[in-house]
Amino acid sequence: MGRPKLEVRGLRYVAGGTEILTGVDALVPGGEVTAVVGPSGAGKSTLLRAINRLIEPCSGEVYLDGEPTSNLDPLELRRRVGMVFQIPALFGDSVEEAILYGARLSGKDADAERLLQTVGLDASLGERNPQALSVGQQQRVSIARALALEPEALLLDEPTSALDEAARSRIEDLVRDLNARLRLTMVFVSHDLSQVERVADRVVVLAGGRIVGAWDREDFFSHAGERARQFIAGRL
Amino acid sequence: MAGLQTVTSALLTLGLVAVAVVLSFYEKLDLEKDIGVAVVRSFVQLAAIGYVIDFIFGLKNIGVVVLLLAGMVLFAAWTSARRAKDVPRAFLFAAVAVGVAAVATLGLLLTLRIVPATARYLIPLGGMVIGNSMNAASLTMTRIRDDVAEQRPKVEAALALGATSRQAVAPILRTALQRALLPLIDATKTTGIIFLPGAMVGMIIAGADPLEAVRLQIVVLYMLLGSVSIAAILVGTLSYRSFFTPRHQLRTTPFEH
Repeated sequence: MGRPKLEVRGLRYVAGGTEILTGVDALVPGGEVTAVVGPSGAGKSTLLRAINRLIEPCSGEVYLDGEPTSNLDPLELRRRVGMVFQIPALFGDSVEEAILYGARLSGKDADAERLLQTVGLDASLGERNPQALSVGQQQRVSIARALALEPEALLLDEPTSALDEAARSRIEDLVRDLNARLRLTMVFVSHDLSQVERVADRVVVLAGGRIVGAWDREDFFSHAGERARQFIAGRL
Repeated sequence: MAGLQTVTSALLTLGLVAVAVVLSFYEKLDLEKDIGVAVVRSFVQLAAIGYVIDFIFGLKNIGVVVLLLAGMVLFAAWTSARRAKDVPRAFLFAAVAVGVAAVATLGLLLTLRIVPATARYLIPLGGMVIGNSMNAASLTMTRIRDDVAEQRPKVEAALALGATSRQAVAPILRTALQRALLPLIDATKTTGIIFLPGAMVGMIIAGADPLEAVRLQIVVLYMLLGSVSIAAILVGTLSYRSFFTPRHQLRTTPFEH
Protein backbone atom coordinates (compact mmCIF):
# COMPACT_ATOMS: atom_id res chain seq x y z
CA MET A 1 0.00 0.00 0.00
CA GLY A 2 1.39 3.39 -1.09
CA ARG A 3 1.63 6.57 0.94
CA PRO A 4 -1.92 7.87 1.64
CA LYS A 5 -2.91 10.54 -0.87
CA LEU A 6 -6.12 11.14 1.04
CA GLU A 7 -6.91 10.39 4.64
CA VAL A 8 -10.31 10.67 6.25
CA ARG A 9 -10.45 10.91 10.05
CA GLY A 10 -13.53 10.89 12.27
CA LEU A 11 -15.79 12.33 9.60
CA ARG A 12 -19.34 13.06 10.78
CA TYR A 13 -22.09 14.56 8.67
CA VAL A 14 -25.68 15.29 9.67
CA ALA A 15 -28.40 16.52 7.30
CA GLY A 16 -32.02 17.15 8.15
CA GLY A 17 -31.57 15.60 11.59
CA THR A 18 -30.21 12.33 10.13
CA GLU A 19 -26.65 11.26 10.78
CA ILE A 20 -25.35 10.22 7.37
CA LEU A 21 -21.68 9.72 8.28
CA THR A 22 -21.02 8.61 11.85
CA GLY A 23 -17.28 9.00 12.34
CA VAL A 24 -15.64 7.62 9.20
CA ASP A 25 -11.92 6.78 9.05
CA ALA A 26 -10.40 5.75 5.73
CA LEU A 27 -7.14 5.83 3.78
CA VAL A 28 -6.76 6.32 0.05
CA PRO A 29 -3.31 5.21 -1.08
CA GLY A 30 -1.59 7.30 -3.76
CA GLY A 31 -1.63 5.99 -7.33
CA GLU A 32 -4.25 3.32 -6.65
CA VAL A 33 -7.96 2.85 -7.31
CA THR A 34 -9.87 2.64 -4.04
CA ALA A 35 -13.44 1.44 -4.33
CA VAL A 36 -15.99 2.56 -1.79
CA VAL A 37 -18.72 -0.02 -1.82
CA GLY A 38 -21.90 -0.41 0.18
CA PRO A 39 -25.67 -0.55 -0.05
CA SER A 40 -27.59 2.51 -1.22
CA GLY A 41 -28.02 5.02 1.58
CA ALA A 42 -24.71 3.94 3.14
CA GLY A 43 -23.31 7.47 2.78
CA LYS A 44 -20.93 6.76 -0.14
CA SER A 45 -21.80 9.87 -2.18
CA THR A 46 -21.78 11.98 0.97
CA LEU A 47 -18.30 10.73 1.82
CA LEU A 48 -17.03 11.69 -1.66
CA ARG A 49 -18.58 15.16 -1.39
CA ALA A 50 -16.94 15.68 1.98
CA ILE A 51 -13.55 14.83 0.49
CA ASN A 52 -13.63 17.70 -2.02
CA ARG A 53 -15.73 19.87 0.34
CA LEU A 54 -18.84 20.07 -1.79
CA ILE A 55 -20.38 19.64 1.64
CA GLU A 56 -19.02 20.72 4.99
CA PRO A 57 -18.62 17.88 7.50
CA CYS A 58 -19.90 18.55 11.02
CA SER A 59 -16.68 17.24 12.48
CA GLY A 60 -13.61 15.29 11.49
CA GLU A 61 -11.04 16.10 8.85
CA VAL A 62 -9.88 15.08 5.40
CA TYR A 63 -6.14 15.29 4.70
CA LEU A 64 -4.65 15.73 1.23
CA ASP A 65 -0.97 14.74 1.26
CA GLY A 66 -1.12 15.11 5.04
CA GLU A 67 -2.51 18.65 4.91
CA PRO A 68 -5.94 19.33 6.46
CA THR A 69 -8.30 20.27 3.61
CA SER A 70 -10.23 22.61 5.90
CA ASN A 71 -7.20 24.92 5.63
CA LEU A 72 -7.31 24.87 1.83
CA ASP A 73 -9.27 27.25 -0.38
CA PRO A 74 -12.20 25.02 -1.44
CA LEU A 75 -11.85 26.06 -5.09
CA GLU A 76 -8.16 25.12 -5.06
CA LEU A 77 -8.99 21.82 -3.36
CA ARG A 78 -11.57 20.95 -6.03
CA ARG A 79 -9.07 21.67 -8.78
CA ARG A 80 -6.60 19.31 -7.13
CA VAL A 81 -9.22 16.64 -6.40
CA GLY A 82 -11.53 16.27 -9.39
CA MET A 83 -14.95 14.66 -9.43
CA VAL A 84 -17.09 12.72 -11.89
CA PHE A 85 -20.80 12.33 -11.16
CA GLN A 86 -23.51 9.81 -12.02
CA ILE A 87 -24.99 12.24 -14.54
CA PRO A 88 -22.47 13.93 -16.88
CA ALA A 89 -24.05 17.49 -16.76
CA LEU A 90 -21.92 19.07 -19.50
CA PHE A 91 -21.86 22.82 -20.13
CA GLY A 92 -21.58 24.73 -23.38
CA ASP A 93 -22.55 24.33 -27.01
CA SER A 94 -19.60 22.16 -28.04
CA VAL A 95 -17.74 19.22 -26.57
CA GLU A 96 -14.56 21.31 -26.61
CA GLU A 97 -16.22 24.04 -24.55
CA ALA A 98 -17.54 21.39 -22.14
CA ILE A 99 -14.04 19.94 -21.67
CA LEU A 100 -12.39 23.31 -21.13
CA TYR A 101 -15.02 24.70 -18.69
CA GLY A 102 -13.05 24.24 -15.47
CA ALA A 103 -9.65 24.87 -17.08
CA ARG A 104 -10.84 28.23 -18.48
CA LEU A 105 -12.23 29.29 -15.09
CA SER A 106 -8.81 28.80 -13.52
CA GLY A 107 -6.92 30.27 -16.49
CA LYS A 108 -5.25 26.96 -17.23
CA ASP A 109 -4.18 25.89 -20.72
CA ALA A 110 -5.65 22.58 -21.77
CA ASP A 111 -5.72 20.71 -25.05
CA ALA A 112 -9.24 19.45 -25.73
CA GLU A 113 -8.20 17.22 -28.62
CA ARG A 114 -5.53 15.47 -26.59
CA LEU A 115 -7.98 15.05 -23.68
CA LEU A 116 -10.56 13.50 -26.01
CA GLN A 117 -7.94 10.99 -27.11
CA THR A 118 -6.98 10.35 -23.49
CA VAL A 119 -10.53 9.22 -22.72
CA GLY A 120 -10.72 7.18 -25.92
CA LEU A 121 -12.87 9.51 -28.00
CA ASP A 122 -12.21 10.77 -31.51
CA ALA A 123 -10.64 14.24 -31.57
CA SER A 124 -13.15 15.28 -34.24
CA LEU A 125 -15.96 15.17 -31.65
CA GLY A 126 -14.78 18.52 -30.26
CA GLU A 127 -17.08 20.52 -32.51
CA ARG A 128 -20.19 18.49 -31.74
CA ASN A 129 -22.98 19.50 -29.39
CA PRO A 130 -22.46 17.51 -26.18
CA GLN A 131 -26.17 16.66 -26.03
CA ALA A 132 -25.82 14.88 -29.40
CA LEU A 133 -23.42 12.34 -27.85
CA SER A 134 -24.50 9.07 -26.26
CA VAL A 135 -24.63 9.10 -22.46
CA GLY A 136 -21.55 6.87 -22.37
CA GLN A 137 -19.62 9.32 -24.56
CA GLN A 138 -20.88 12.22 -22.43
CA GLN A 139 -19.58 10.48 -19.34
CA ARG A 140 -16.15 10.12 -20.96
CA VAL A 141 -16.26 13.83 -21.86
CA SER A 142 -17.00 14.57 -18.20
CA ILE A 143 -13.90 12.57 -17.24
CA ALA A 144 -11.88 14.54 -19.81
CA ARG A 145 -13.29 17.74 -18.31
CA ALA A 146 -12.05 16.70 -14.86
CA LEU A 147 -8.64 15.70 -16.29
CA ALA A 148 -8.27 19.11 -17.96
CA LEU A 149 -7.45 20.53 -14.53
CA GLU A 150 -4.65 17.95 -14.12
CA PRO A 151 -5.97 16.77 -10.76
CA GLU A 152 -3.88 14.81 -8.27
CA ALA A 153 -6.83 12.59 -7.47
CA LEU A 154 -10.19 11.82 -9.04
CA LEU A 155 -13.43 11.00 -7.22
CA LEU A 156 -15.94 8.97 -9.25
CA ASP A 157 -19.51 8.78 -7.89
CA GLU A 158 -21.11 5.69 -9.48
CA PRO A 159 -20.03 6.91 -12.93
CA THR A 160 -21.56 3.94 -14.74
CA SER A 161 -24.97 3.77 -13.04
CA ALA A 162 -26.71 5.59 -15.93
CA LEU A 163 -24.96 3.55 -18.65
CA ASP A 164 -25.65 0.34 -20.55
CA GLU A 165 -23.34 -2.62 -20.22
CA ALA A 166 -21.04 -1.84 -23.17
CA ALA A 167 -20.57 1.79 -22.10
CA ARG A 168 -20.04 0.71 -18.50
CA SER A 169 -17.32 -1.68 -19.51
CA ARG A 170 -15.53 1.05 -21.53
CA ILE A 171 -15.57 3.40 -18.52
CA GLU A 172 -14.14 0.63 -16.33
CA ASP A 173 -11.35 0.04 -18.86
CA LEU A 174 -10.70 3.78 -18.99
CA VAL A 175 -10.38 3.94 -15.20
CA ARG A 176 -7.81 1.13 -15.21
CA ASP A 177 -6.03 2.72 -18.16
CA LEU A 178 -5.84 6.19 -16.54
CA ASN A 179 -4.56 4.65 -13.35
CA ALA A 180 -1.88 2.69 -15.22
CA ARG A 181 -0.75 5.54 -17.48
CA LEU A 182 -1.05 8.57 -15.19
CA ARG A 183 -0.70 6.82 -11.80
CA LEU A 184 -3.81 8.82 -10.94
CA THR A 185 -5.23 8.25 -7.47
CA MET A 186 -8.91 7.40 -7.75
CA VAL A 187 -11.82 6.84 -5.40
CA PHE A 188 -14.53 4.88 -7.16
CA VAL A 189 -17.96 4.62 -5.54
CA SER A 190 -19.98 1.59 -6.57
CA HIS A 191 -22.68 -0.71 -5.26
CA ASP A 192 -21.71 -3.47 -7.65
CA LEU A 193 -19.27 -6.06 -6.30
CA SER A 194 -18.34 -7.46 -9.73
CA GLN A 195 -17.46 -3.95 -10.87
CA VAL A 196 -15.34 -3.44 -7.76
CA GLU A 197 -13.46 -6.63 -8.60
CA ARG A 198 -12.75 -5.29 -12.10
CA VAL A 199 -11.57 -1.75 -11.19
CA ALA A 200 -10.29 -1.60 -7.61
CA ASP A 201 -6.91 -2.10 -5.95
CA ARG A 202 -8.35 -1.39 -2.50
CA VAL A 203 -11.87 -1.91 -1.18
CA VAL A 204 -13.51 0.11 1.56
CA VAL A 205 -16.92 -1.09 2.71
CA LEU A 206 -19.33 1.52 4.03
CA ALA A 207 -22.72 0.77 5.57
CA GLY A 208 -25.05 2.90 7.65
CA GLY A 209 -22.59 5.78 7.65
CA ARG A 210 -19.71 3.80 9.15
CA ILE A 211 -16.75 1.85 7.79
CA VAL A 212 -17.24 -1.90 7.96
CA GLY A 213 -13.67 -2.63 6.89
CA ALA A 214 -10.92 -2.09 4.30
CA TRP A 215 -9.07 -4.71 2.27
CA ASP A 216 -6.72 -5.14 -0.66
CA ARG A 217 -8.71 -6.46 -3.61
CA GLU A 218 -7.18 -9.95 -3.45
CA ASP A 219 -8.00 -10.27 0.25
CA PHE A 220 -11.49 -8.89 -0.17
CA PHE A 221 -12.34 -11.35 -2.93
CA SER A 222 -10.77 -14.28 -1.10
CA HIS A 223 -11.77 -15.95 2.12
CA ALA A 224 -10.79 -12.90 4.22
CA GLY A 225 -13.48 -10.67 2.74
CA GLU A 226 -16.17 -13.27 2.44
CA ARG A 227 -18.26 -12.02 5.36
CA ALA A 228 -18.11 -8.45 4.14
CA ARG A 229 -19.14 -9.54 0.65
CA GLN A 230 -22.04 -11.57 2.01
CA PHE A 231 -23.04 -8.62 4.16
CA ILE A 232 -23.17 -6.31 1.11
CA ALA A 233 -24.92 -8.90 -1.04
CA GLY A 234 -27.51 -9.39 1.68
CA ARG A 235 -28.18 -5.68 1.92
CA LEU A 236 -28.47 -5.07 -1.82
CA MET B 1 -72.16 71.59 -9.92
CA ALA B 2 -70.06 69.15 -11.87
CA GLY B 3 -69.98 66.78 -8.88
CA LEU B 4 -73.74 66.60 -8.68
CA GLN B 5 -73.90 66.03 -12.41
CA THR B 6 -71.52 63.09 -12.04
CA VAL B 7 -73.63 61.54 -9.29
CA THR B 8 -76.79 62.02 -11.35
CA SER B 9 -75.21 60.46 -14.42
CA ALA B 10 -73.95 57.56 -12.30
CA LEU B 11 -77.50 56.99 -11.06
CA LEU B 12 -78.85 57.22 -14.61
CA THR B 13 -76.43 54.48 -15.77
CA LEU B 14 -78.13 52.29 -13.17
CA GLY B 15 -80.97 52.19 -15.71
CA LEU B 16 -78.74 49.98 -17.85
CA VAL B 17 -78.22 47.68 -14.88
CA ALA B 18 -82.00 47.53 -14.45
CA VAL B 19 -82.28 46.30 -18.04
CA ALA B 20 -79.75 43.56 -17.22
CA VAL B 21 -81.73 42.57 -14.10
CA VAL B 22 -84.99 42.40 -16.05
CA LEU B 23 -83.36 40.30 -18.78
CA SER B 24 -81.87 37.99 -16.18
CA PHE B 25 -85.29 37.60 -14.51
CA TYR B 26 -87.12 36.74 -17.75
CA GLU B 27 -84.38 34.46 -19.05
CA LYS B 28 -84.11 32.77 -15.60
CA LEU B 29 -80.37 33.41 -15.55
CA ASP B 30 -80.52 33.66 -11.77
CA LEU B 31 -78.03 36.55 -11.81
CA GLU B 32 -80.22 39.28 -10.22
CA LYS B 33 -78.78 38.83 -6.77
CA ASP B 34 -75.15 38.83 -7.99
CA ILE B 35 -75.76 41.92 -10.09
CA GLY B 36 -77.32 43.68 -7.10
CA VAL B 37 -74.40 42.78 -4.84
CA ALA B 38 -71.93 43.91 -7.51
CA VAL B 39 -73.69 47.27 -7.92
CA VAL B 40 -73.77 47.98 -4.19
CA ARG B 41 -70.25 46.75 -3.51
CA SER B 42 -68.62 48.65 -6.37
CA PHE B 43 -70.39 51.84 -5.27
CA VAL B 44 -69.30 51.49 -1.65
CA GLN B 45 -65.73 50.44 -2.47
CA LEU B 46 -65.11 53.12 -5.05
CA ALA B 47 -66.67 55.80 -2.86
CA ALA B 48 -64.46 54.70 0.04
CA ILE B 49 -61.28 54.65 -2.02
CA GLY B 50 -62.28 58.03 -3.46
CA TYR B 51 -62.34 59.51 0.03
CA VAL B 52 -59.06 57.80 0.91
CA ILE B 53 -57.36 59.17 -2.20
CA ASP B 54 -58.90 62.57 -1.63
CA PHE B 55 -57.53 62.53 1.92
CA ILE B 56 -54.06 61.40 0.84
CA PHE B 57 -53.82 63.90 -1.99
CA GLY B 58 -54.81 66.59 0.45
CA LEU B 59 -51.79 65.75 2.62
CA LYS B 60 -49.47 68.70 2.81
CA ASN B 61 -46.86 66.90 4.90
CA ILE B 62 -44.34 65.15 2.64
CA GLY B 63 -43.18 63.09 5.65
CA VAL B 64 -46.54 61.33 5.76
CA VAL B 65 -46.24 60.59 2.03
CA VAL B 66 -42.78 59.07 2.58
CA LEU B 67 -44.18 57.00 5.47
CA LEU B 68 -46.99 55.73 3.27
CA LEU B 69 -44.52 54.78 0.52
CA ALA B 70 -42.33 53.00 3.09
CA GLY B 71 -45.39 51.08 4.28
CA MET B 72 -46.12 50.09 0.68
CA VAL B 73 -42.53 48.85 0.25
CA LEU B 74 -42.78 46.70 3.40
CA PHE B 75 -46.14 45.29 2.35
CA ALA B 76 -44.71 44.52 -1.11
CA ALA B 77 -41.67 42.80 0.44
CA TRP B 78 -43.97 40.73 2.68
CA THR B 79 -46.08 39.68 -0.31
CA SER B 80 -42.98 38.82 -2.34
CA ALA B 81 -41.44 36.83 0.52
CA ARG B 82 -44.64 34.83 0.89
CA ARG B 83 -44.50 33.90 -2.78
CA ALA B 84 -40.79 33.07 -2.59
CA LYS B 85 -41.16 30.86 0.47
CA ASP B 86 -38.18 28.60 1.17
CA VAL B 87 -35.87 31.35 -0.02
CA PRO B 88 -33.95 32.22 3.17
CA ARG B 89 -34.22 35.93 4.10
CA ALA B 90 -36.55 36.59 1.14
CA PHE B 91 -38.29 39.42 3.02
CA LEU B 92 -35.04 41.28 3.59
CA PHE B 93 -33.91 40.88 -0.02
CA ALA B 94 -37.29 41.96 -1.44
CA ALA B 95 -37.44 44.95 0.90
CA VAL B 96 -33.95 46.10 -0.12
CA ALA B 97 -34.60 45.54 -3.84
CA VAL B 98 -38.03 47.18 -3.96
CA GLY B 99 -36.93 49.96 -1.61
CA VAL B 100 -33.82 50.82 -3.63
CA ALA B 101 -35.82 50.70 -6.88
CA ALA B 102 -38.44 53.07 -5.45
CA VAL B 103 -35.94 55.50 -3.94
CA ALA B 104 -33.79 55.53 -7.09
CA THR B 105 -36.58 56.14 -9.59
CA LEU B 106 -38.79 58.47 -7.52
CA GLY B 107 -35.66 60.26 -6.33
CA LEU B 108 -34.55 60.82 -9.91
CA LEU B 109 -37.97 62.09 -10.96
CA LEU B 110 -37.95 64.56 -8.05
CA THR B 111 -34.33 65.65 -8.49
CA LEU B 112 -34.82 66.34 -12.17
CA ARG B 113 -38.08 68.12 -11.28
CA ILE B 114 -40.02 65.92 -13.69
CA VAL B 115 -42.79 65.62 -11.09
CA PRO B 116 -43.54 67.86 -8.11
CA ALA B 117 -43.09 66.52 -4.58
CA THR B 118 -46.78 66.11 -3.86
CA ALA B 119 -48.90 63.16 -2.83
CA ARG B 120 -50.92 63.47 -6.05
CA TYR B 121 -47.83 62.39 -8.03
CA LEU B 122 -45.75 60.40 -5.59
CA ILE B 123 -48.42 57.99 -4.35
CA PRO B 124 -49.69 56.71 -7.73
CA LEU B 125 -46.22 56.66 -9.33
CA GLY B 126 -44.77 55.03 -6.20
CA GLY B 127 -47.56 52.45 -6.29
CA MET B 128 -46.66 51.57 -9.88
CA VAL B 129 -42.94 51.36 -9.15
CA ILE B 130 -43.41 49.32 -5.97
CA GLY B 131 -46.03 46.99 -7.45
CA ASN B 132 -44.05 46.20 -10.57
CA SER B 133 -40.77 45.84 -8.68
CA MET B 134 -42.49 43.49 -6.26
CA ASN B 135 -43.65 41.24 -9.11
CA ALA B 136 -40.17 41.20 -10.64
CA ALA B 137 -38.62 40.36 -7.25
CA SER B 138 -41.06 37.49 -6.68
CA LEU B 139 -40.51 36.09 -10.19
CA THR B 140 -36.74 36.28 -9.88
CA MET B 141 -36.56 34.64 -6.45
CA THR B 142 -39.01 31.81 -7.21
CA ARG B 143 -37.25 31.08 -10.48
CA ILE B 144 -33.81 30.92 -8.84
CA ARG B 145 -35.20 28.73 -6.05
CA ASP B 146 -36.82 26.27 -8.50
CA ASP B 147 -33.87 26.15 -10.89
CA VAL B 148 -31.30 25.62 -8.15
CA ALA B 149 -33.34 22.65 -6.92
CA GLU B 150 -33.96 21.29 -10.40
CA GLN B 151 -30.47 21.84 -11.79
CA ARG B 152 -28.63 20.72 -8.70
CA PRO B 153 -26.41 18.24 -10.62
CA LYS B 154 -25.24 21.01 -12.97
CA VAL B 155 -24.52 23.41 -10.13
CA GLU B 156 -22.60 20.74 -8.23
CA ALA B 157 -20.64 19.78 -11.36
CA ALA B 158 -19.59 23.40 -11.88
CA LEU B 159 -18.54 23.75 -8.23
CA ALA B 160 -16.56 20.51 -8.46
CA LEU B 161 -14.63 22.03 -11.39
CA GLY B 162 -13.50 24.95 -9.25
CA ALA B 163 -16.30 27.39 -10.12
CA THR B 164 -17.34 29.93 -7.49
CA SER B 165 -20.99 29.98 -6.33
CA ARG B 166 -21.55 32.98 -8.59
CA GLN B 167 -20.03 31.24 -11.63
CA ALA B 168 -21.95 28.03 -10.91
CA VAL B 169 -25.28 29.84 -10.60
CA ALA B 170 -24.68 32.27 -13.50
CA PRO B 171 -26.83 30.45 -16.10
CA ILE B 172 -29.70 30.19 -13.60
CA LEU B 173 -29.41 33.85 -12.66
CA ARG B 174 -29.42 34.87 -16.32
CA THR B 175 -32.59 32.88 -17.07
CA ALA B 176 -34.34 34.17 -13.97
CA LEU B 177 -33.60 37.82 -14.82
CA GLN B 178 -34.64 37.36 -18.43
CA ARG B 179 -37.91 35.77 -17.35
CA ALA B 180 -38.58 38.60 -14.92
CA LEU B 181 -37.68 41.48 -17.26
CA LEU B 182 -38.69 40.36 -20.76
CA PRO B 183 -42.47 40.84 -20.35
CA LEU B 184 -42.01 44.50 -19.40
CA ILE B 185 -39.34 45.06 -22.05
CA ASP B 186 -41.64 43.58 -24.70
CA ALA B 187 -44.62 45.60 -23.47
CA THR B 188 -42.48 48.75 -23.61
CA LYS B 189 -41.32 47.92 -27.13
CA THR B 190 -44.83 47.45 -28.47
CA THR B 191 -46.55 50.21 -26.53
CA GLY B 192 -48.49 52.58 -28.77
CA ILE B 193 -48.73 49.95 -31.49
CA ILE B 194 -50.37 46.96 -29.84
CA PHE B 195 -51.92 48.63 -26.84
CA LEU B 196 -52.44 52.10 -25.46
CA PRO B 197 -51.63 52.30 -21.76
CA GLY B 198 -54.72 52.69 -19.59
CA ALA B 199 -53.51 55.77 -17.79
CA MET B 200 -52.87 57.55 -21.06
CA VAL B 201 -56.30 56.59 -22.42
CA GLY B 202 -57.85 57.83 -19.19
CA MET B 203 -56.06 61.16 -19.42
CA ILE B 204 -57.10 61.68 -23.05
CA ILE B 205 -60.74 60.84 -22.28
CA ALA B 206 -60.63 63.16 -19.29
CA GLY B 207 -59.72 65.94 -21.71
CA ALA B 208 -55.95 66.19 -21.35
CA ASP B 209 -53.81 67.23 -24.30
CA PRO B 210 -52.80 63.94 -26.02
CA LEU B 211 -49.17 65.11 -26.26
CA GLU B 212 -49.17 65.89 -22.54
CA ALA B 213 -50.62 62.42 -21.89
CA VAL B 214 -47.86 60.89 -24.04
CA ARG B 215 -45.19 62.83 -22.17
CA LEU B 216 -46.40 61.49 -18.82
CA GLN B 217 -46.72 57.99 -20.24
CA ILE B 218 -43.12 58.03 -21.46
CA VAL B 219 -41.97 59.10 -18.01
CA VAL B 220 -43.98 56.25 -16.49
CA LEU B 221 -42.62 53.64 -18.91
CA TYR B 222 -38.99 54.60 -18.41
CA MET B 223 -39.50 54.80 -14.69
CA LEU B 224 -40.99 51.30 -14.63
CA LEU B 225 -38.31 49.84 -16.87
CA GLY B 226 -35.61 51.32 -14.65
CA SER B 227 -37.12 50.35 -11.33
CA VAL B 228 -38.09 46.82 -12.33
CA SER B 229 -34.59 46.16 -13.71
CA ILE B 230 -32.99 47.51 -10.54
CA ALA B 231 -35.27 45.41 -8.32
CA ALA B 232 -34.81 42.17 -10.28
CA ILE B 233 -31.02 42.45 -10.59
CA LEU B 234 -30.65 43.41 -6.92
CA VAL B 235 -32.87 40.64 -5.61
CA GLY B 236 -31.13 38.15 -7.91
CA THR B 237 -27.61 39.01 -6.82
CA LEU B 238 -28.69 39.06 -3.17
CA SER B 239 -30.81 35.92 -3.02
CA TYR B 240 -28.65 33.40 -4.92
CA ARG B 241 -26.14 33.55 -2.05
CA SER B 242 -28.73 32.05 0.28
CA PHE B 243 -28.39 28.75 -1.52
CA PHE B 244 -24.64 28.54 -0.96
CA THR B 245 -22.27 28.59 1.98
CA PRO B 246 -19.36 31.05 1.97
CA ARG B 247 -17.12 28.08 1.07
CA HIS B 248 -18.89 27.66 -2.29
CA GLN B 249 -21.02 24.74 -1.16
CA LEU B 250 -24.60 24.20 -2.22
CA ARG B 251 -26.64 24.00 0.95
CA THR B 252 -27.71 20.42 1.69
CA THR B 253 -31.29 21.10 0.97
CA PRO B 254 -31.70 24.34 -0.92
CA PHE B 255 -34.15 25.41 1.74
CA GLU B 256 -32.08 24.71 4.82
CA HIS B 257 -31.16 27.81 6.80
